[in-house]
Amino acid sequence: MSDRILSVEGLEVSLPVPTGTLNAVQGVSFHVERGETVCIVGESGCGKSLTALAIMDLLPKRARRTARELTLLGEPIIGVSESAMSDLRGNRMAMIFQEPMTSLNPAYTIGNQLEEALLRHRKVSRAQARERAVHLLERVGITAAGQRLRQYPHQLSGGLRQRVMIAMALMTGPDLIIADEPTTALDVTIQAQILHLLAELQREFHMGLVLITHDLGVVARIATRVVVMYAGQVVETGTAAEVFGAPRHPYTRGLLDCIPIPGKTKRGERLGTIPGMVPSLVGHMQGCHFAGRCNYVVDACREAPISLTATPGGAHQVRCIRADELIGERATAREDVA
Amino acid sequence: MAIFALKRLGVAILVALTVSLITFSMVYISGDPAITIAGEGARIEDIENIRRFYGFDRPIFVQYLEWLWNAIHGDLGRSFSLRVPVADVIFERLPTTMLLGACAITFGLTLAIPLGVLAAVKPNSIFDRAALTLAVVGQAMPTFWFGLTLILVFGVMLRWLPITGQDSWWNFVMPAVALGYNVAPAVMRLTRAGMLEVLASDYIRTARAKGLRPMTVLFKHALRNAVIPVVALAAVQFGFMLGGSIVIETIFQINGLGYLAWESIQRKDLPMMQAIVLILSIIYVVITFLADMLNAFLDPRIRVT
Ligand SMILES: Nc1ncnc2c1ncn2[C@@H]1O[C@H](COP(=O)(O)OP(=O)(O)O)[C@@H](O)[C@H]1O
Ligand code: SF4
Ligand SMILES: [Mg+2]
Repeated sequence: MSDRILSVEGLEVSLPVPTGTLNAVQGVSFHVERGETVCIVGESGCGKSLTALAIMDLLPKRARRTARELTLLGEPIIGVSESAMSDLRGNRMAMIFQEPMTSLNPAYTIGNQLEEALLRHRKVSRAQARERAVHLLERVGITAAGQRLRQYPHQLSGGLRQRVMIAMALMTGPDLIIADEPTTALDVTIQAQILHLLAELQREFHMGLVLITHDLGVVARIATRVVVMYAGQVVETGTAAEVFGAPRHPYTRGLLDCIPIPGKTKRGERLGTIPGMVPSLVGHMQGCHFAGRCNYVVDACREAPISLTATPGGAHQVRCIRADELIGERATAREDVA
Repeated sequence: MAIFALKRLGVAILVALTVSLITFSMVYISGDPAITIAGEGARIEDIENIRRFYGFDRPIFVQYLEWLWNAIHGDLGRSFSLRVPVADVIFERLPTTMLLGACAITFGLTLAIPLGVLAAVKPNSIFDRAALTLAVVGQAMPTFWFGLTLILVFGVMLRWLPITGQDSWWNFVMPAVALGYNVAPAVMRLTRAGMLEVLASDYIRTARAKGLRPMTVLFKHALRNAVIPVVALAAVQFGFMLGGSIVIETIFQINGLGYLAWESIQRKDLPMMQAIVLILSIIYVVITFLADMLNAFLDPRIRVT
């Protein structure tokens, strides 16, 4: 029996901007079962963060959010009161942000900020909360945890602060953690460490993890399923084996070409990039969103909206009308550059 | 923290010394003090006698040091006009002014900070507009004019409040409002701007992501940070208020330092004016020091390194 933690169906997020309406998230669907790690990948500006914030109900006030279905542990989390949402936030679902340097309040100690996460949702004493905080700080790899509790954020490095944020997310033992590029702002040397720590904790606490990251190498190793987003839409999704082993969307292939291959890519060599830019999400777009950058584009691509279609017999889904004919074709960028 | 406090204390003492030098020089800048005491058209010998009696014939630096030494020991000289020790008069009047100042700043801050918060939480709402109106009006209105308006409306027309004197607490209501209102606009706008900035910050998003209640987010996480720059501003505003107390105490005839200053100016009582300026400046220096300490308490980035 499956134990579904999060279900997202047809999520839409739009924002009013001076030039019109920015359709940042356009019908995104995915789900997370207990014990799964679902990775969302895609270039900057594709709507990954807004998807995450929409699930947490932390969108900017001006943003509009709709969904056919949005449930946490089977209960709807859209159209419910703010107070009901705040009972879930930091309790059943927690979020880790991209900016560890600014995500902690400079005025309070680490201990205070960790403890309040638990005190808000559980009937525990401050001493018990502190005990849990120490335990979790140690678990996320912070030494001298007792002393750290009395320190202020500005006394900690970015890496330590992000570990604190992770410990904070774990305080109530949530069912779901959403981590939005938790390592992008950190030193390269500790990025993989932190991502692996998250994967480990996900197993240990038996949670669902939604991980947004650019580190496709790590994704390949820890993801149960991968969601590839492009310009507000899911363009390809499937198990890590499906998406990485047999990528079918030209955009996914382009992304994969950007990863250094151990042993083959020389150190310091410039990685391939997909030529062109993510199109503006303001207003409505005809046809395939990737058409402007796709090497395989044909007239039909621009005529009508392309739907996300499952490959026969699998959960592997692709949003490309030429996906079937392109099996076996080489990917885009690097061949062209060479 | 101790080092920070010592540094600030050092600065405060330096400022106080500079102020003392300036106030001391006041007497000389305003003309020959012996002539002032003797009065216009006095005989040369009398002026000479006065000069020797008060020691004005000695080098100015020696006079300053002596004055400073005496001042530190509570001797601020004798009043030219009242013929009594200046310090006695000053310390009799000081509590009244301090009380008025405390009431005024309390009124100003309790008006300005909540309004600033409301304006920031609901930008462009009715609160925001009311706050903006109040700020514009407050800044455009001179203290004396506002004081007189209050007297006219609440004292003369409605007869709710006593107009002059200081017999009861009621006497302090209008002067405190007139004086404190001046502080409100700047404090309110800074609170609003600070809250808007803090509310958009990442750690507020974190606080909300933890499911904290809106009041906890607003007061524990946002206001605590937004109020830090307000503390320094309030100290500066308090300084302006001390100046404003001269006008307000005169209008409402409250026997404080401000009124005394006005009387002394009229009587050309230089030692008295000197002492009042010195005392007001030192109060300002002390308030600024306390504000620094409060800021260090509020902002661990200052306190803990
Ligand atoms: N607060 C906001 N106001 C206006 N536009 C926004 C805001 N946040 C994000 N956007 C826009 O929405 C789109 C998606 O943003 P985001 O979800 O942050 O992308 P990603 O996380 O994939 O980089 C981008 O075009 C971005 O510029
Ligand atoms: S639909 Fe057409 S333009 Fe879009 S990815 Fe497929 S081939 Fe390229
Ligand atoms: Mg993002």
